[in-house]
Amino acid sequence: MNQSQFKRRAVALVAAALVMLVGVGCVAPAAPVQDGAAAAPATLVVASHDSFAVSEEVVAAFEAANNARVQFLALGDAGAALNKLILSKQAPLADVFFGVDNTFLSRALAADIFAPYASPLLAQVPAEAQLDAENRLLPVDTGYVTLNADRAWFAERNLPLPATLEDLIDPAYKDLLVVENPATSSPGLAFLMATIAHFGEDDWQAYWAALHANGALVVEGWSQAYYEQFTVGSGGTGGRPLVVSYTTSPPADMLFATDGRTEPGSVNVNLDGGVFRQIEFVGILKGTKQQALAERWVDFMLDTQFQNDIPLQMFVYPLNARATLPPAFAEFAPQPESAVEVASATIEANREAWLQAWSEIMLR
Amino acid sequence: MHPVTRIVRGTIVLFPLLFLAIFFVYPLAAILRLSLAPEGVPALQPVWEAARSGAVWRILWFTTWQALASTALTMALGLPLAAIFARYTFPGKSALRALTTIPFVMPTVVVGAAFTTLIGPTGIINNWLRGGLGLAEPPIQLMNTIWIILLAHAFYNVSVVVRTVGGFWEALNPALGEAGQVLGAHGLRLFRTVTLPLLMPSITAAGMLVFLFCFTSFGVILILGGLRFATLEVEIYRQAVNLFNLPVAAFLSLLQMVITFAVMAVYTRVQARASLPLEMRPRAHAPCHSGKLLHRIVVGALLLVMVLLLVAPLLALAWRSFTLGGHFTLDYYRELAVNRRQSAFFAPPVTAIRNSLIYASAATLLSLLLGVSGAYVLARPRTLATAILDPLFLLPLGTSAVTLGLGYIVAMGAWRTSLWLVPVAHTMIATPFVVRTFLPALRSLDPHLREAAAVLGAGPLRTWWEVDMPVLRRALLVSAAFAFTISLGEFGATLLINRPDRPTMPMVIYRALGQPGMLNYGQALAMSTILMVVCMVALLLIERFRLPGEEF
Repeated sequence: MNQSQFKRRAVALVAAALVMLVGVGCVAPAAPVQDGAAAAPATLVVASHDSFAVSEEVVAAFEAANNARVQFLALGDAGAALNKLILSKQAPLADVFFGVDNTFLSRALAADIFAPYASPLLAQVPAEAQLDAENRLLPVDTGYVTLNADRAWFAERNLPLPATLEDLIDPAYKDLLVVENPATSSPGLAFLMATIAHFGEDDWQAYWAALHANGALVVEGWSQAYYEQFTVGSGGTGGRPLVVSYTTSPPADMLFATDGRTEPGSVNVNLDGGVFRQIEFVGILKGTKQQALAERWVDFMLDTQFQNDIPLQMFVYPLNARATLPPAFAEFAPQPESAVEVASATIEANREAWLQAWSEIMLR
Repeated sequence: MHPVTRIVRGTIVLFPLLFLAIFFVYPLAAILRLSLAPEGVPALQPVWEAARSGAVWRILWFTTWQALASTALTMALGLPLAAIFARYTFPGKSALRALTTIPFVMPTVVVGAAFTTLIGPTGIINNWLRGGLGLAEPPIQLMNTIWIILLAHAFYNVSVVVRTVGGFWEALNPALGEAGQVLGAHGLRLFRTVTLPLLMPSITAAGMLVFLFCFTSFGVILILGGLRFATLEVEIYRQAVNLFNLPVAAFLSLLQMVITFAVMAVYTRVQARASLPLEMRPRAHAPCHSGKLLHRIVVGALLLVMVLLLVAPLLALAWRSFTLGGHFTLDYYRELAVNRRQSAFFAPPVTAIRNSLIYASAATLLSLLLGVSGAYVLARPRTLATAILDPLFLLPLGTSAVTLGLGYIVAMGAWRTSLWLVPVAHTMIATPFVVRTFLPALRSLDPHLREAAAVLGAGPLRTWWEVDMPVLRRALLVSAAFAFTISLGEFGATLLINRPDRPTMPMVIYRALGQPGMLNYGQALAMSTILMVVCMVALLLIERFRLPGEEF
């Protein structure tokens, strides 16, 4: 290769590298539009956790009505997302945050990152869900952690579905239940807290020791429990016909089936003291430069269009009294009549000690 | 020195240092400061309490010994495989080598599912053994034991050994071995006295990388280890995310980094001393063709068993993606392209593949630039500066991802939500691999060749291009393959900084696994299978890549 050939190749290589860099640059967002041109839509940044979901047309409706663009951020699981917002208090990551639940409520309020906003739509939301009197966090949806059972499995063996928490420690139900590790999984923690509230500080440990002795299996998270261990979720390869999951899992089992089933393979087993209610909140972050737009987004989340979209997007229940539930929910996932609720200050104060005690029992 | 040369040299030194300073040192310092001294005053009471309780030290002890044991197991499985790939030619070699790398890119949730499907209590092997032997209890009980952790670590990291050691081995000058043979050394003795010492730099480099991976292990420990086991990284996550106890999380991160740095400092010192110019070959020389049938059968059988061990769990998953629910179906692949819920965050598989490929290309380019210039800095005669820089280049791999992620949130200002951060974070993880695979090859370059080129009138750039590059090509390709696969499979950091409307393949898998229903589970399996195929194709293409002017 002579000198000029060498140069030409070197230039070609550098050019190729530049093209790649520019190509990647195209993915980077355009710089946010500063106020200036009146017609340019304002950008609202909405932060949430990984499970947040919404329909395209619902977002489009908000954007069109408010001449705005909504940018979503997913910041990890509910706990991680909240911690990040607290850490970035000085320069907020977003204008609005959705996804503080009642187990993290006191941590969120203590960090003083949300500004109060008394949305007029709150009149359509049940008062018992409005846990923050100052309206810094406004309730959007609710869900229930409960047991799911494999209907066919129990029917084939002529074994009745468990009727009380005590049934789960009966030898007839040995090796049937799989639960999530409460240290790493939110349904796992919810179920543990339900049993603590039900049995009380003095007796819950004895109950869990008995569950452990009766073969309750602990796995890391919901996916491992539901898809690897639960007989319905795993398509038959798992060995556990009882799982800690959500009341909305049965309708999902039917809606996302491949065999056209018209009835879910699983059924909710709502035991007294075995159902935990979660409520999720939205709040406007202090320091936002889009206060008016952020308020309209909060109103929008509480209004019927967004609320009607909630069930089939996030598989939880809307809180607005005027919202309607899809038929599959009404038929296979009615809201439980009673559910355990634990004050978030109690949770924050005891979480570490409960988890410590629980691990010691389960490791015995 | 010519001014242009000086500018080029200056850039080579400054670029990696600046990158490390901006994307590693600065965010890390910011989060550590905020955690340990929230109001500007050190608040060390919780740290003191944690340090005095035995728990931290027990976790540290477990972290260290499981990493050592995992590294030993990985080396024991990886070295024979590396030897076969380096010394023999056989049909389908590149395809098999690419296969051994696939575990490396699979997200832990998927590998967890694969292991449960294969060797769980109601998994394929246990059911088969129970049926065949008429046993009441599943004979293989590995779940939630230390063995499954070691096995999973080996499963992930064997390809690191195969690629680093195998790549180096292939390029060794066969004349050295032949000289040994002439001098009367054969078989094991030849290996022990000639080949092994020559390979040592790449073996220790591979060992170090594997050790670091296992030392900071997170997903494997949580998902497969169960309640009994916690590494420092798991404890950092628990403290930072669950308990929001930032001082203790920061203390543990520092502890993890100090240990990593100390181990790396010792290693890089030994490594720098041990290396010598070796006259590497520009391309693989004609490897052994053993005429003996028996020899061939043994090598072939060994290869087959090893590859099967590595690939079987993943094949089990791929199989399920077509058969979930009892009969053969393509439904799950079709469903990937359907936005059934009209979700605003839906991405058809082609888009997810494109997102993944764009990020991976950018990360590969960046980490090659960084890693290669970094390796050139480190290959210079040893001074105090290189003695510090050498372990520093490895440090990102031994740093808590949770902590660094929080550091980005605190320190990155307006960049925090920029899509650019995704390839930057991947580059952070991939660069140590590039440095470590490139450096042994670079150090073994014979300086006489460059001097000869200079005497013959070649400028520094041309010397680099025509003398260094052909010899280093193999190391460069191995580095590129590492960087690309790391980015393709990276999941933890991506999830923290990527946008929900730009999902990568691992993000699509994770999302599908978060919702009940057979179609969702099937989609996760289908996307995992697609990820395997994309990874395989990309690796084969990288292996085929030729520098302009190369003739084959």
